[in-house]
Amino acid sequence: MPPKTQSMPTQTTLDPVLSPAAKASTPPVTGLVAAGVSLRSVTKRYGDFVAIENVSLDIPAGAYCCLLGPSGCGKTTALRMIAGHETVSGGEIVIGDRPVTHLPPAKRNTAMMFQNYALFPHKTIWQNIEFGLKMKNVEKAERSRRVDEILDLVGLAHTAQRKPNQLSGGQQQRIALARALVNRPQVLMLDEPLSALDENLRVRMRSELRKIQQQFGLTFIQVTHHVEEAFSLSDQIVVMDHGHIEQIATPTELFNKPASQFVAKFIGDNNIFAGKVINSIAQPNGQDLIELDVAGIGTLMCRGVATPNGSEAACSVRPDLMHLEPSELAPGSMLGGAENFNRSFARITDVELTGYVTRVSLMLEATGQPLLYKTTTTGWMQANLQEGDRVAIQWAADDCVFLPY
Amino acid sequence: MYQPWKTAKPYFLAAPQTLVFLMFLVFPIAMIFIVSFWQFNIYSMTPAFTLDNYIGVFTSGATLPTYLNTLKYMVLVWSLCLAIAFPVAYFLSFCIQRESLRVLLFLVCTIPFWTSNIIRMISWIPLLGREGLVNQLLLNLGVVSQPVEWLLYSDFAIVLGMVHLYNFFMIAPVFNSMMRIDRTLITAARDMGASGWDILKEIILPLTAPGIAIGSIFVVTLTMGEFVTVRLMGGGQSASVGKLISTQIGSVQYPLAAANAVVLLLATFALVIGILRVVDIRAEL
Repeated sequence: MPPKTQSMPTQTTLDPVLSPAAKASTPPVTGLVAAGVSLRSVTKRYGDFVAIENVSLDIPAGAYCCLLGPSGCGKTTALRMIAGHETVSGGEIVIGDRPVTHLPPAKRNTAMMFQNYALFPHKTIWQNIEFGLKMKNVEKAERSRRVDEILDLVGLAHTAQRKPNQLSGGQQQRIALARALVNRPQVLMLDEPLSALDENLRVRMRSELRKIQQQFGLTFIQVTHHVEEAFSLSDQIVVMDHGHIEQIATPTELFNKPASQFVAKFIGDNNIFAGKVINSIAQPNGQDLIELDVAGIGTLMCRGVATPNGSEAACSVRPDLMHLEPSELAPGSMLGGAENFNRSFARITDVELTGYVTRVSLMLEATGQPLLYKTTTTGWMQANLQEGDRVAIQWAADDCVFLPY
Repeated sequence: MYQPWKTAKPYFLAAPQTLVFLMFLVFPIAMIFIVSFWQFNIYSMTPAFTLDNYIGVFTSGATLPTYLNTLKYMVLVWSLCLAIAFPVAYFLSFCIQRESLRVLLFLVCTIPFWTSNIIRMISWIPLLGREGLVNQLLLNLGVVSQPVEWLLYSDFAIVLGMVHLYNFFMIAPVFNSMMRIDRTLITAARDMGASGWDILKEIILPLTAPGIAIGSIFVVTLTMGEFVTVRLMGGGQSASVGKLISTQIGSVQYPLAAANAVVLLLATFALVIGILRVVDIRAEL
């Protein structure tokens, strides 16, 4: 088996098709109209177990939305409810301007692509794609025209007479996509569409999905537990946990300003400090300067919408926004004159070179809390630090996000 | 390094079955084949090469009706088994959600095999006989004025007996096929607007076909060779090839019986090959 390749930072994996020029040059396919999707106080109960609790969500028409969360968070249930494969215990689902809460799947103008693609193994590729049109009693000549058109579009016309098991994983995925799109849905649902593929193919299919979404101008709703996937694909990310929504944000917002400790942890590698609010200076832009008292460390300063003094809260800082320096340097010297900053001492416990990025594990001297610091490998070479060294870590209050819960 | 045990192990594992196969299947059938060309008279048989036995089989006036009668039983039993097994298997695999209940109900299907089939058939006499419970009930309800004769010792009884015996051989492979159907295929079909009937016709039936084929092979081969049920339930009135052969053996016409057996074997082979040509069972193996 070949060694597992390290996933690269997202900016280097951008496919050329995603460039604005390419976007402009691919005309949208006709016959397809995107629709927005709204969940209004939707609840799903299985007996006493509440799978989805009072979820409200607006997905704009034409958006690529990812439902992101750990397994069992309710994201798949939410998707299945939108598609109509799961009944709704309470609340309302609206697609476009039509309430669809109690409509069968085929009447919702949605199409679903399944995790294992669910291609019919006994039918040819052509018959697989034709199936939905046949079920909707589309006339034979029209069926044939549309199947050929979509097969051409995914570039797999030559596989028409093959059976699904004669196709590679990537090809099967494209056929599953074609089978969903041929019915001209307004919304396409994707249930972990990339999880069955290996790492390299996943990155390629990811950009292909995004390309097709833009080409068709459809609303895509995708379930995933893969953070990088959600970041790279979405216009809108909905982070879910235990049947409720933790945060709805663009990838950039989510990356820079996680709303809760759960989100900060789930999107990965953030350093989180839990404490009590002791003071806050209100700012008009919602960037209050908040002082947290963290046991063993002392006061940490962060930015966000303050909660009352004395309330339990936390703050989070991205591993690439911390600064490491030999402990004898003067405080603040590497922060470019930032006014408010946090400073503490730690020991380097491990250095991991992962390619472009070097990951440095630290242990906070005061509390023993493990922290993570990330920098470019080049930057790390120049820092001239190594395992066992005592360092000062500093980070600006502006880079430290206040987490109210 | 040469490891004799590693090389030999697979052969050791396969050896018992191979020996049983050779000694109790290949060898006896070869014998039957050879004996079918021998000469015989009332007192003895002599090794020879004569086609007289086969000529006897094909010219005898009893052969064609007997074969047709056997085929009739086969077709009836096969279609009834399929008609009963398909809904039962469907119920077990699609309607029952709890795995433990499914296992329990599947075991219930095997209950007929917990006693010998002769005991079961004898136990039907007080049920189906002229004075039996069914007739009593029909008479008392006024449905009939005379006891129904064809409940026992009739084609009806033979088919009933065989369906009862062989139904499970159809249920098990059909159920197995259905359990292997990926449930998301059904969700996907529904997502594309398929009705329950469409799903049955387009998804479940084609994907269950290999199981139906395997079940059909069991039922067809078993009914083609039947003679115990025909003898017990037919009450001496009905004929089947199996019974014909056993009668010929009873009257020591071994070469003739052997010739009949070879013809039956070939006929059954032809049916099995026919089934395999219609359905690709590879998916099931």
